[in-house]
Amino acid sequence: MAFNATLETTKDTAKITLSGELDASSAPIFKTEVEKAAANHPKHLVLMMQDLEYMASAGLRVLIFAKQKMGADVDIYVVRAQETILDTLQKTGFDQGVIVVDEYDEAQLEKV
Amino acid sequence: MVLERIDIHPTRNERGFKLRRGRPLPFGATLVPGGVNFSIFSRYAKSCTLVLFKKHSPEPMVEIPFPDEFQVGNVFSMIVFDLDYENIEYGYRMDGPVNHDKGHHRFDSSKILMDPYAKVIGGRDIWRETPDWNNIYQHRSRLVFDDFDWENDRPLEIPSEDQVIYEMHVRSFTRHPSSSVKHPGTYAAIREKIPYLKELGVNCIELLPIYEFDEFENSRPNPQTGEMLLNYWGYSTVGFFAPKAGYAATGKFGMQVDELKTLIKELHRNGIAVILDVVFNHTAEGNEKGPTISFRGIDNQTYYMLTPEGYYFNFSGTGNTLNCNNPIVRNMVLDCLRYWASEYHIDGFRFDLASILGRDPWGAPMANPPLLESLAFDPILAKCNLIAEAWDAGGLYQVGSFPAFGRWAEWNGKYRDGIRKFLKGEPGRVGDMAQRLQGSPDLYAWAGRAPATSINFITCHDGFTLTDLVSFNDKHNEANGENNNDGGNDNDSWNCGAEGWTDDPGINALRKRQIKNAVAMLMVSQGVPMVLMGDEVGRSQQGNNNTYCHDNELNWLDWTLLQSNNDLFQFFKHCIAFRNAHPVLRNQNHFRNVDYVGSGYADITWHGTQAWNADWSDSSRTLAFMLCGKHAKSGTVVDNYIYVAINMHWDAHWFEIPGLPPGMQWHVFANTGATPADIWAPGTEPQLENQSGLLVGDRSVVILVGK
Repeated sequence: MAFNATLETTKDTAKITLSGELDASSAPIFKTEVEKAAANHPKHLVLMMQDLEYMASAGLRVLIFAKQKMGADVDIYVVRAQETILDTLQKTGFDQGVIVVDEYDEAQLEKV
Repeated sequence: MVLERIDIHPTRNERGFKLRRGRPLPFGATLVPGGVNFSIFSRYAKSCTLVLFKKHSPEPMVEIPFPDEFQVGNVFSMIVFDLDYENIEYGYRMDGPVNHDKGHHRFDSSKILMDPYAKVIGGRDIWRETPDWNNIYQHRSRLVFDDFDWENDRPLEIPSEDQVIYEMHVRSFTRHPSSSVKHPGTYAAIREKIPYLKELGVNCIELLPIYEFDEFENSRPNPQTGEMLLNYWGYSTVGFFAPKAGYAATGKFGMQVDELKTLIKELHRNGIAVILDVVFNHTAEGNEKGPTISFRGIDNQTYYMLTPEGYYFNFSGTGNTLNCNNPIVRNMVLDCLRYWASEYHIDGFRFDLASILGRDPWGAPMANPPLLESLAFDPILAKCNLIAEAWDAGGLYQVGSFPAFGRWAEWNGKYRDGIRKFLKGEPGRVGDMAQRLQGSPDLYAWAGRAPATSINFITCHDGFTLTDLVSFNDKHNEANGENNNDGGNDNDSWNCGAEGWTDDPGINALRKRQIKNAVAMLMVSQGVPMVLMGDEVGRSQQGNNNTYCHDNELNWLDWTLLQSNNDLFQFFKHCIAFRNAHPVLRNQNHFRNVDYVGSGYADITWHGTQAWNADWSDSSRTLAFMLCGKHAKSGTVVDNYIYVAINMHWDAHWFEIPGLPPGMQWHVFANTGATPADIWAPGTEPQLENQSGLLVGDRSVVILVGK
């Protein structure tokens, strides 16, 4: 399935919804959206992953990029990641730099 | 206005790829703006071609010869633009003389050669997955990204004398089905077992080789059982800069670098340092009949020690010898260690057969080996442990005389041998034992080398486990398929009355006591103690003292032993905690045998069955010593007094105990001859009933603490 990344921004939150297969060829698309999101200086970056089927190392590298681009003060939420993706995040330790959640409440986040 | 840099533009096109003259340093493949800088040394190659593959492709994507003008000196360098970093593999073809009479060159342009500086190596991505032997490029150089988020991590810099080292094999530690981890046998799995290491109390793990190696090197079926024997331990390096992919749960995704760094960061967060066992004495290319992977096809004469006839010197016992004191190779070793120290935050290195590193290109030992000196004074390695296995397979034995340059520590083989002989009750060992307990001043003090120079160990991956040391008189290596001819014969072991397993409760009790005696002596010795993985729970290799080839239960740690031998685990744990609690056991300087703080006691005093009167005779098998707590860390710290009585005689003996300063009492921390309780948690030691003496059982150790 083709990769797609859609950015929505509200006052303090940038939300990127990912779908399809995130590999080396599609990672630049994700990276571009992260850069756009960072330009708005959000407090939170929310990555919706329920429809993301596969993430190669190139995709994980964009996560590192996001963390470093946004800065330590920006919380990155990984929402509803599928088991295989979560497993890779855990094995490589990338789960430590992000907040992994099953559900995400936009209204709640805005208050934080 | 900031102008766009113009030095990042291609200057020519070749076969559809944009190129620019590269930078000769650093060697290897380096990401630069817009492209990758490839740089490789060869003194004798006439030409060099960069070979690029799409990841996993059987055939190259393109081959780009280095234009003549891209060569400076003996270095070929070139920037290739617009490469898909994630999805390429690269290698080189080198053309040059093939001349066994003059120069002993082995150039072969039909071979694709791995970059000696490859930071990631593909081809053995999944442990034990049978390779495609028809693949024209077996070990494939890949690119690495230095974007790991270390946060505020840095090497721990634990003072050497405060370290307790745990020697372990990445796969063996968690591969056993009883380990209850998600990804057995991997870096990720070690992360799950950090709480275990913390409970045991060690603050440093020493990993058997994790540089990329080929587990299929010399693989063969066991003639008796048909089981596949592998290059399991990995003492045969394919690439010095790349972590073993097959040890990573994410190896198949090529993410072993991230997984290993995550492990190191997490260990550091828990106060545990990481030492790598590094093998620079030889490579996986073997002798004349071995495969051409990298070095021999790039510059055979530079990288290897060669006989005048062009054969490989074999000081390593494994086919070839890396030419470590050639300046090119020396720099490669230095670059490699700097890379691991800075990029992986490695805390120290243990050098396999390190005496080879002190031989000149013709094999002769040097008085001041430049490689060892360079490592000792290197600014990036300045805080790393440098530990030598101070001997080699060519007969050089340098325990006590390894060229140290004020920095090098040694695996103290004389400690291992001395304590084993004393433990089994050999006569004439008391004098030697006194030296070993003090951090071997006879070996090191004269040269101004600290007690922590001595890495004290009784067992290591080479040889018997501690359980086997007290259960077997002889090695039983039949499973290795070498007719029991491999492995050492000088084990200094004693089976306590029966060879191998027995139902005799007396023998079994004695074996446990001997294990406890051994660790008790180890943990009260000055120097740096090292424990072999699994000794703390009684791991056995069934009498095999050379399990280098077994990917099975001979090597794997059986975690059910933690239950069945929990008393051993508790004993180890308390002994390590006791050492950690008492600075007087961890001195930076050698004892002076005098009272230099005015406590009324010398820093160390020697006793026997009579207080103040040790029996140094050949027939003696008893020894006791007392450490004055006011002399801890050269008198800078106040600690308790410690008294240790060791009876390696087969009869019990009454030991008269030296008196303490007024107001202090002796308390019992450990008594291996006591039942049912033989040890107490530090701080909870009960007071000794009779303060003037106690009966020390046959083959037993007593440790008292005066407070």
